[in-house]
Amino acid sequence: MASKAYLPAATVTADWRDFLALTKPRVLTLVVFTGLCGLLAAPQSINPVLGFTAVLCIALGAGAAGALNQWYEADLDALMRRTADRPLPAGRMDRQTALHFGVGLGAFSVILMGLAVNVLAAAILAVSILFYVVVYTVWLKRRTSQNIVIGGAAGAFPALIGWAAATGHVGALPLMLFALVFLWTPPHFWALALYINSDYSRAGVPMLPAVAGNRVTRIQIMLYTVPMLVAAIAPWPLGLTGKIYGVGTMLLSIIFGLLALRVGLSREDDQARMKPERQLFGFSILYLFGVFGLVVLDKVI
Amino acid sequence: MVDYTPEQLAEIRRKQKSRSIVMALILGAFVALFYAISIAKML
Repeated sequence: MASKAYLPAATVTADWRDFLALTKPRVLTLVVFTGLCGLLAAPQSINPVLGFTAVLCIALGAGAAGALNQWYEADLDALMRRTADRPLPAGRMDRQTALHFGVGLGAFSVILMGLAVNVLAAAILAVSILFYVVVYTVWLKRRTSQNIVIGGAAGAFPALIGWAAATGHVGALPLMLFALVFLWTPPHFWALALYINSDYSRAGVPMLPAVAGNRVTRIQIMLYTVPMLVAAIAPWPLGLTGKIYGVGTMLLSIIFGLLALRVGLSREDDQARMKPERQLFGFSILYLFGVFGLVVLDKVI
Repeated sequence: MVDYTPEQLAEIRRKQKSRSIVMALILGAFVALFYAISIAKML
């Protein structure tokens, strides 16, 4: 259960920027992009206004999940350098306001999606918000080093929602993209966890490097990279995408594989000297943008 | 009742004002969006 013990009392009214910060805008960019790509890659087109509404609902739903995550984890955020300046641990907002904002925004996004777009997209959006808040944040994050493995599914939903918004059903390609993001999450987060391990350890979050050590984490990064690369390339031989996607994804995957291999074979324990880990983390974001961009490019050309 | 200093009170008023302006803009944008959605659903 989240504790209030570390939290300073909010003394002044929160600024609108604090509400924006509560939605984790940087995470939103990737969520919106994958959702938009899922929508654009679908075989049926959607009215631009309804398409915009669908993407807006995905963004609002993800923002709500981020706000509820920060509401629950305010005590953890206060202990980590990376998150200590967020509105709740910094004392710029009280917890109840964050809770009301998150619940209200989440409910609004699902209702709007259901009324304006379709019920399936709204249902998947609701599941994704609940999965991120209940399964990942409340249940897994503080209990197991496998937190981000299962929790990774939360970030994999937007492409599925985008596709469902355009077509009213779920197809093989969005399921492959779901698998890709799901398998991409462990190497992405564990690369980060390797070089900010002390921050997580201080907060008592059982990230893999803190629980099992750097060596095991490096091996796990390599092990998850293999099925991730298979999931990324598979749509091409399966006939779900064309040559542009296939060749582009192959090139990006070779780079990802080499960076992951370098991290896997490294014996470095000094966080200040973990350059390959930083490179893998940075490239993993570019990789996901690239692969999803190629899905759309392949369909358009 | 909390006793605020004049500086704190001014800060609260400033933040309330900026929040109100942003909220008005968001509500205005949603009015336009709901109108557009209504038209799109009729097509």
